[in-house]
Amino acid sequence: MTLIEGHRPVTPDQSIPVWDTDPYDPAVLADPYPWWAELRERGEIVYIPKWSAFAVGRYEVTKTTFSDHEVFVSSRGVGLNDFKLGDPWRPPSIILEVDPPAHTRTRKVMSRALSPKVAKGLGEQFRAAADTLVDALLERGEVEGVSDVAEAFPVSVFPRAVGMTDVHKRHLVDYGAIVFNALGPDNAIRRAAMERAPEVAAWINAACARDRLTEDGLGGMIYAAADEGEIEAGEAAMLVRSFLSAGVDTTVTGIGNALWCFSRNPDQWEALKADPKLIRPAFEEVLRLTSPVHTFCRTADRDTEVAGHPIEEGAKVLCALGSANMDPDKWDDPEAFRIDRKPMGHLAFGAGIHGCVGQNIARAELEALLGAMIERVDRIEPAGDAIWRPNNAVHALDRLPLRLIAK
Amino acid sequence: MIKVTYIHPDGSEETVEGREGDSVMSTALAQGVDGIVAECGGSMMCATCHCHVDPDWTDRTGARKDGEEDMLESAASPVDEFSRLSCQIKLTPELDGLRVRLPEEQV
Ligand code: HEM
Repeated sequence: MTLIEGHRPVTPDQSIPVWDTDPYDPAVLADPYPWWAELRERGEIVYIPKWSAFAVGRYEVTKTTFSDHEVFVSSRGVGLNDFKLGDPWRPPSIILEVDPPAHTRTRKVMSRALSPKVAKGLGEQFRAAADTLVDALLERGEVEGVSDVAEAFPVSVFPRAVGMTDVHKRHLVDYGAIVFNALGPDNAIRRAAMERAPEVAAWINAACARDRLTEDGLGGMIYAAADEGEIEAGEAAMLVRSFLSAGVDTTVTGIGNALWCFSRNPDQWEALKADPKLIRPAFEEVLRLTSPVHTFCRTADRDTEVAGHPIEEGAKVLCALGSANMDPDKWDDPEAFRIDRKPMGHLAFGAGIHGCVGQNIARAELEALLGAMIERVDRIEPAGDAIWRPNNAVHALDRLPLRLIAK
Repeated sequence: MIKVTYIHPDGSEETVEGREGDSVMSTALAQGVDGIVAECGGSMMCATCHCHVDPDWTDRTGARKDGEEDMLESAASPVDEFSRLSCQIKLTPELDGLRVRLPEEQV
C-alpha cells in the first residue's frame, strides 16, 4: 500500500465535507485566521484530500478529539506520520508521543519537576534576568522583538533553570522549530528543517547527558528520579530532551506573540500597567488569541466516530487548536484582545492527559518579563511591519520591529 | 444528573447538578460555583482546583490518582488526608449527593 505522508490513505464517509485545501500552505500558515474561520464554517469535521487527513476546528469537537487519549492516540505520532507504519526522524518522545500506562510514568516525573512550586521558586531568578534585559533594551529604544526579546529572554533563563552548563542560542531555539516543522507534510518548510536537523539534534542530544548538567536544576531532578528507580537512566536523557524540544521555541513564540498583541493594542498595555494583577490573565489571552502551537494531530487507533461521523482506524485528525481558540460559539468577540477576558478552557496548552507539562514555567517566564516591562516601559510601538514565519505546527513571528519608550 | 454540594470556607453551601463523566472541577466551573480556579484546565499541572472530600464520601471517590500527591504539594491552602484535585474526581452515579469543601485560597 502506498502511504501518504507516512500514514494510510483513508476514504472519508460520505457524510463528511471534502475541502480541497492545504493547511500547510505557507500563506495559510503565515495568516491562518481566515483558513480557521472557513474550517469552522464547513462543519464539525472536514476531509482534506491533499494529505488524506481529517481536520477539526470548532471548539467542542477539537477539545474532545484532542483529549480523547484512548481512541485518538499520541503514540502513533502527533504529526502526519503514523509511527506504527514507519520510524519517525528521531526516536519518539517518551512523554509526548506515548499513551498510558507508559505516559503516566514519565509524566509523573516531569510534572513534579515542573510543578507550580518549582516554577514559583524560579520566579525570582527569572525576574532578575528580565530586569536586566529590559534595562538594556530601553537603552537602545528600537529593537527587533523576535531576536532581541522573544529569543533572548528564554535563552537567558531556561537553560540555566534546566542546569545546562553550555548554551547555544541558535540551536536551542531552532531545535524546537525543527521538531514542530517535522509534524507537517514533506513540504519545503519541513525539508529545510530536516536539512538542519542532524547538526542541531546532535548538539541537543549531547547537551542532555548527565555530565553536562548541574545537579540542582530541572535536569538534575529528572536524573534524580532515575536514581530512585522511577525511570531508567536512558529515559532521563530523553526527558531532558523534551525540555529542550518543547520548552524553548514555544516560550519564544509566546513572548513574541505577547509583544505583537500589546504593540497592536496600546489601550491594553495601559490597562496592564494600571493593574499588574492582570499579567497572568493577559498571558492566557495572548495564548488564546495567538495559539503558539496552532495544530497537532491525533491518530484514530480504532474505528470510531467524530461528531457522529464514522472515522476509520489509522486516520489522522488535524486538531486546529488555534481555530478552537477563535470559535465565536465559545468566545465572545474572539478577534478582540482583552486582557481581562480570563479565557478559561483555551486550548493553547492542549487539554487532558498530555496538556502542557511546562505551562507553569511558561507562565513564570511571562510573568517575570511582563512584570519587568510594566515597571519600565511606558509604550510599545510598532516600528515596521510584523512578519510571521510559517511553521507546520507553531504560529510564530519572524520579525517584529518595535520602539520601546521608557517611563 | 448527579448532585454535588460545594461547601465554601464561610460554611455556605451550593448544590448543583453535573453530568456523568464530568469532573467535580468542570461541574463547578460550568455552574458558576466560585472557589475553584483550575488554571491548567484539568491536566493535573496545577493545584488550583483543590478540595476536601467529605469523609463520608472518600470511599466512593477513591484514592488519589498517580501524580496527584505531587501536585497537591503546590496547593495554596493546607492539605489534609481528604484533599483532592477536583479535576481528578469524575462524576459517576454512585457519587450522586457528593459533598466537597473548598479551601480558603487556591492561588
Ligand atoms: C507558551 C509556551 C508553551 C505552549 C503554547 C505549549 C503548548 C503545548 C501543547 C499544546 C501541548 C500538548 C501536546 C499534545 O497534547 O499533543 C504541550 C505539551 C508539552 N509541553 Fe508545552 N507549551 C509551552 C511551553 C512549554 C515549556 C516551557 C515546556 C518545558 C519546560 C513544555 C513542555 C511540554 C512537554 C514535555 C509536553 C508533552 C506533555 C505530555 O505529552 O504529557 N512546554 N505543550
